[in-house]
Amino acid sequence: MSDGRIWQRRLILALLLAPALLWLFALILLPHVQLAVLALRERVAPHVFQPSVEQFKTFFAEPLYWQVFVRTALMSIAATALTLIVAFPIAWVITKVARGRASALLFMVCLIPFWVSETVRALGWLILLRESGVLPAILVKIGLTDMPPELLYHDATILVGLVYTSLLFMVTPLVSSLESLDNSLIEAAYDLGASGFATLRKIVIPHAAPGITAGCIVVFMLSLGNYLTPNLLGGKNSQWFTELIYTQFIVRFNWEQGAAFGFLLLGLSTAIVALGLRLSGQRFVDVMRRS
Amino acid sequence: MSTVNLPNPPDLSCNSVVKDFAGHRAVNDLSFAVQRGSFFSILGPSGCGKTTLLRMIAGFIEPDSGEIVIGGRNMRGVAPNRRPVNMVFQQLALFPMMSVGENVAFGLARRGVPKAERISRAAAMLERVGLAGAASKRVDQLSGGQRQRVAIARSMVLEPTLLLLDEPLGALDLKLREHMKIELKQLQAAFGTTFVYITHDQSEALVLSDHVAVMNQGHFEQVGTPQQLYYEPATAFVAGFVGASNRIFGQLKSLYGDIAELETSDGWKVRARKSGQMAVGAHVEAFVRPEAATLERDASLLPSDQAHYVGKVQALLFDGANSAALLQEDLTRFEFRVALPQTGRFADLKVGEKIYFSFDPQRAICFSGHGGPHV
Repeated sequence: MSDGRIWQRRLILALLLAPALLWLFALILLPHVQLAVLALRERVAPHVFQPSVEQFKTFFAEPLYWQVFVRTALMSIAATALTLIVAFPIAWVITKVARGRASALLFMVCLIPFWVSETVRALGWLILLRESGVLPAILVKIGLTDMPPELLYHDATILVGLVYTSLLFMVTPLVSSLESLDNSLIEAAYDLGASGFATLRKIVIPHAAPGITAGCIVVFMLSLGNYLTPNLLGGKNSQWFTELIYTQFIVRFNWEQGAAFGFLLLGLSTAIVALGLRLSGQRFVDVMRRS
Repeated sequence: MSTVNLPNPPDLSCNSVVKDFAGHRAVNDLSFAVQRGSFFSILGPSGCGKTTLLRMIAGFIEPDSGEIVIGGRNMRGVAPNRRPVNMVFQQLALFPMMSVGENVAFGLARRGVPKAERISRAAAMLERVGLAGAASKRVDQLSGGQRQRVAIARSMVLEPTLLLLDEPLGALDLKLREHMKIELKQLQAAFGTTFVYITHDQSEALVLSDHVAVMNQGHFEQVGTPQQLYYEPATAFVAGFVGASNRIFGQLKSLYGDIAELETSDGWKVRARKSGQMAVGAHVEAFVRPEAATLERDASLLPSDQAHYVGKVQALLFDGANSAALLQEDLTRFEFRVALPQTGRFADLKVGEKIYFSFDPQRAICFSGHGGPHV
């Protein structure tokens, strides 16, 4: 191949990659550099700054901050686990039980709620769960309680909302990984004397592991970084870390502290994802390729 | 295993087994028994119901009616994981997430066999199938033939009463398939386990089996030894399906004892041994194997008590020992296939050459049948 042809191909490749690279640079890299600069400086006088780790010290010194931080992480892990437990049977039915059109229809049913914006969906939960809402009224009607209970503003409510919001992002990778599972492997396991549970543990889960891991990573990140659902469904009790960041940036106008919190959140999600991969024996590249 | 000293009690018997799928009868009132230690094949075209039958024996499908008895126990309501039956799947279905040794030990682990014993039994079984030391390999490191042996080892390590094989050679290339045929027969002889083998490949069924059932549209056309199927087919379907045959449609003209004379629509008259009742004037079909016919360049050398025909060589089908010539009968242009003698006597045969042929009516067989090839 001549030099000219090689350069031509390189140019085409560069042009094809340009939008993605531009996006990465302008919307991901540049703001983060700016945030890093913000996070690592301290205002000593109006318009006078000096490098400092003061913001990070504040985070550890103030119990509220790191308690909310830990709570957000634990709740997100719980939401991820619950989403997996709910999504797995759904994906199983879509891929292994339903056939043809029924299978496509079921997948559509999972998709349809996502045509509505997250705000509207969260408000829908408010209508269902608030004290004067639909579900408490039903509970009173069937005589389970005398007074309509307040179902909003509990941790459980936040979890329900997070699971509902993330379900599709778990179902999709699970469906694609279960679809590639040859039915004859399941039959072979059964034929060799395995119970349903043993087949699930030894054949289905090992095969679906990359899909499970991919789904868990996405759902965990979405939950950890979610602002709207915890805020609307948890109210003042939600104590979600993104709310602290919002407060620093918008209410307190303390961009330095907000930026430091942002970096702490980024570090937290990276650390937990890495830990999850290590525990499940998966490699990030494989997970992303196979799902 | 029980120590009943009955002479070969059946390991598998099916009594009036029926299975319908959405109005279509896949398996129609089947009854048969398979003797202990034998190699039993079910041979049939795709869609004949043989896979359904096998899956009912394995327990993946329940029959609508009738009973399946394995090793003396009625299998109704017994789940596949509780049957003394194991299956070698068409695509083998080895577990890719496990090593070869773990694959073989899988069934033992499910039975709660301790780990050390599991490993030693799996290793011993792998050695028996000629894969000693392969336990730690990954499944995708094995060749097609080796995978086949792992699939058999994985089932045989559980010492099943019955091993079911669902066209396991179908995915292999021809050379390996020929090799695995012999290996499978040797393995079965060595283990002494009853094998039930389904296939659409008549050569596999004939080479491997002690008994073959020819299946068509949900029922057995004939059950017999490979020799019986080949030389004494019970029905026109068996005669046409097992081995190569010249199939001649015509009308019955006359009967001479057990020899029937038929005439094709073009007026070609041939004689064949009749099978079953048939009346003069009825539509019949005769089957003549290519190797039943004799070729001669000089008509006077053909057996004098047989009808002599003249044919023109249309094509030469060279296939080593199975070589044949496609002749066109002179009067009626009927295409007739004749096996070339293995002595190489007609190695110099040319396309377009005129040649005489005849066949012994006793080695041809005639069934009452349809008016023509368009059934």
